[in-house]
Amino acid sequence: MEEKDKKNDKSSGSVEEKNQFVREVAQKKYEYGFTTDVQTEIIDRGLNEDVVRLISAKKEEPDWLLEFRLKAFRHWQTQQQPSWGHLTLPEIDYQAISYYADPTKGMKKDGPKSLDEIDPELMKTFDKLGIPLEERLALSGTAVDAVMDSVSVKTTFKEKLSERGIIFCSISEAVREYPDLVKQYLGSVVPYRDNYFAALNSAVFSDGSFVYIPKGVRCPMELSTYFRINARNTGQFERTLIVCDDGGYVSYLEGCTAPMRDENQLHAAIVEIVVNENAEVKYSTVQNWYPGDAEGRGGVLNLVTKRGHLRGANSKLSWTQVETGSAITWKYPSCVLAGDNSQAEFYSVAVTNNYQQADTGTKMIHLGRNTKSTIISKGISAGRSQNSYRGLVRVAPKADGARNYSSCDSLLLGSECGAHTFPYMDVHNDTAIVEHEATTSKISEEQLFYCNQRGIPTEEAVGLIVNGYAKDVINKLPMEFAVEAQKLLNVSLEGTVG
Amino acid sequence: MKSEQQYIDLFTANRDLLDRNGAAVMNACREKAFADFARLGFPTQKVERYKYTDVEAAFAPDYGVNLSRLEFAVNPYEAFRCDVPNLSTSLYFMVNDAFGQKSLPAAALPEGVAVCSLKQAAEIYPERVAACYAKLARTEKDAINALNTMLAQDGLFVYVPKGVAVERTIQVVNLLRSNVDLMVNRRVLVVLEDGAQARLLFCDHAMDDREFLTTQVVEVFAGADAHLDLYELEETHVKNRRFSNMYVDLQRGSVVNLYNFTLHNGLTRNRTDVSLSGEGAEVNLYGGVIADKEQHVDNNTLIDHRAERCTSRQLYKYVMDGRSVGAFAGRVLVRHGAQRTVSEERNANLCATREARMYAQPMLEIYADDVKCSHGSTVGQLDEQALFYMQQRGISREEAQMLLKFAFAGEVIDAIALEALRDRLRHLVEKRFRGELSRCSGCKLCK
Repeated sequence: MEEKDKKNDKSSGSVEEKNQFVREVAQKKYEYGFTTDVQTEIIDRGLNEDVVRLISAKKEEPDWLLEFRLKAFRHWQTQQQPSWGHLTLPEIDYQAISYYADPTKGMKKDGPKSLDEIDPELMKTFDKLGIPLEERLALSGTAVDAVMDSVSVKTTFKEKLSERGIIFCSISEAVREYPDLVKQYLGSVVPYRDNYFAALNSAVFSDGSFVYIPKGVRCPMELSTYFRINARNTGQFERTLIVCDDGGYVSYLEGCTAPMRDENQLHAAIVEIVVNENAEVKYSTVQNWYPGDAEGRGGVLNLVTKRGHLRGANSKLSWTQVETGSAITWKYPSCVLAGDNSQAEFYSVAVTNNYQQADTGTKMIHLGRNTKSTIISKGISAGRSQNSYRGLVRVAPKADGARNYSSCDSLLLGSECGAHTFPYMDVHNDTAIVEHEATTSKISEEQLFYCNQRGIPTEEAVGLIVNGYAKDVINKLPMEFAVEAQKLLNVSLEGTVG
Repeated sequence: MKSEQQYIDLFTANRDLLDRNGAAVMNACREKAFADFARLGFPTQKVERYKYTDVEAAFAPDYGVNLSRLEFAVNPYEAFRCDVPNLSTSLYFMVNDAFGQKSLPAAALPEGVAVCSLKQAAEIYPERVAACYAKLARTEKDAINALNTMLAQDGLFVYVPKGVAVERTIQVVNLLRSNVDLMVNRRVLVVLEDGAQARLLFCDHAMDDREFLTTQVVEVFAGADAHLDLYELEETHVKNRRFSNMYVDLQRGSVVNLYNFTLHNGLTRNRTDVSLSGEGAEVNLYGGVIADKEQHVDNNTLIDHRAERCTSRQLYKYVMDGRSVGAFAGRVLVRHGAQRTVSEERNANLCATREARMYAQPMLEIYADDVKCSHGSTVGQLDEQALFYMQQRGISREEAQMLLKFAFAGEVIDAIALEALRDRLRHLVEKRFRGELSRCSGCKLCK
């Protein structure tokens, strides 16, 4: 009997220890909030035509690209910042931002030849971030195009990929090396007239990744980029362009961390994906930018336009996102299903805590025949945060046999937060089947009680339930990401219940 | 020219006439409503709540307005034929916006219950009306409310005193009757004191083959533990444009069931804003729409959960045929502190032709954590397998389609508590699906 008690003590002790650990983790300040002193070339704050020209000149861009930027800039000037989101956006002073920072300047002009040539400070940053940039890369089999501020620092595995004709490089390099490809596809999915932030990005985008998968090639490894906002007050305006030609396949990962800053940092990126006949693209994101402190100060403004164009028949595109960071997240990774029999998927977990705000979801535009789309969205709000799902499913008159299934669930932790669902369904075809369902609830007392009864403390039980709740989405992530995402979920939510 | 200008001109030119023919309580609200209308103008389709209906186009034509209160000759016994068989009701009728005073034998109502002209009521009990009139339908944010408030001269007033239960259904037949194109601004005020019970049935008919534009603002106050069933049935014609704004306020423990059926219409926009202000209140909204040709039906609801332990349910079903356009936008707002809210929202739609369009937008906005909220929405077509099954058993395809559509719409009809009305509606819906115009048999009006 006594022994049993002892055992109980022991086990409860270990649970207590675990809790202690979790609490420590929860109270931990944003781990990745450090600043690297890298020599950065930053241009003066402000935005006008000269700045656009200057960016273009610094990047030694061809005339057509400068023309593209200028057109976008002129269009941007005629636009007003949209305000329809379920968000309280702080006023953004576009003239107080520097639009270009280049951490590679100060090194040899032709860029680093080997790892030794990269600024050691920068290497440390990547170490802290845990990017397997060196040998670890080979083991993990990941090709990383590391974007730090604006210029792509080092692209690994390029040679191996190029053997198969795959192009994976920074977009500036692509402009130099493969101008025809870039010219053909840039702005073809997200035109600069698309929206306010798309126009801004098109005018001042600094760098990003370019992926081209040739006909019939399956990319043998997961491609991955790391974005990181480093220099103070520089907006990050990356531009990603992925083109997957007929019968190709690629899985692309994007992970984000940003150092701790007090001012809001603007992030207005564009991701364009072109999927041709029989091709398949998987795009996964784990976004963990600085969400601001517990009082809602600071944090990244994440205002991104992401869209995929399924041009060919039988093409496939899948977006998976885990959003835990950013003070404000406002984005709708979308799919235009133009090819017949094309399929699109959207899986999302969005977690908001403290004063974070998220208005995210997707758009599925069905144009082709027998197109299918699936939307699974899981929102979790805690603290005083506001979490909205907003999605559009449109079936065009000619999209015979279109099929959509959407499900968005929201989980509320705490009485001060909000969870909202704004689905839009526009159906213009009689053969379409469109379904939408949503639920909002808190964690049920019964589930918690059940766990408690079996010796699982409330805090752990919440973690378990939340992870189970998000499982549908996390399962869609590549392995390495899934582990990271699960950890993120726990850390983002600990301390919110109990 | 912007279409609001003619209404601004109309109001400024006929201010005296409006006041002369309106009650003091109603006149008192005109000035502010006018200022609001002039400021707001008609909402464009960029305004979220008017996304699916082009208001300005509907208001652009030049309609006649009966400001000087001319009486339209109507034989009420013709109207009487549009009743529901086997349903004993206290029957009233309204011609355009005027309450039919003398033609029918006075219905026996329990003591203290009033069903009368709003203008009259405002003159007899000004305080009672003033306490409620334009209190829910605010003019600051909605141009239709503002327009109606500045032009409305009469309407319907229903009052049920504390603890009184009205056994018989109160049926009000709204007739649109005119020899010229006409705009009608009707105002309805329904007040149920604590513990009162009533059933209301509004039937909309158009008698003349004219262009009609109706704006209707309905304000419903349900006191603590009151119980109200309100049925609205629209059977007009393609030349009718209806803008109805209904505002319902529920106090503690009250139950309100709203039923809205659009069987035949031109352009209809029903806005229903429900405020659950008292603990434990319950509201159920049922909507059925059958549309074909160029019909346009837009139901827009807002359920505002302000208090704890309230329940709301919404079920809207659309059958869209021809080139019709349907829209359903339902928003459930659960305010901070409205704990233990239960809310269900369901919208199912059938698109029968390629040209038919359906917009669905079921929204949830939740600021409290101890809630159970769900919504579901579907757009689809008839089940091929079920059709095949029936055809196999010798039922023609047309008949099978009819049966399935009928079963689809049946879910909403079955929710009706009044058996006689349920049967009547089944009959009307069936006729509607059979392609016969939904006209009452033997009615002289709808020859």
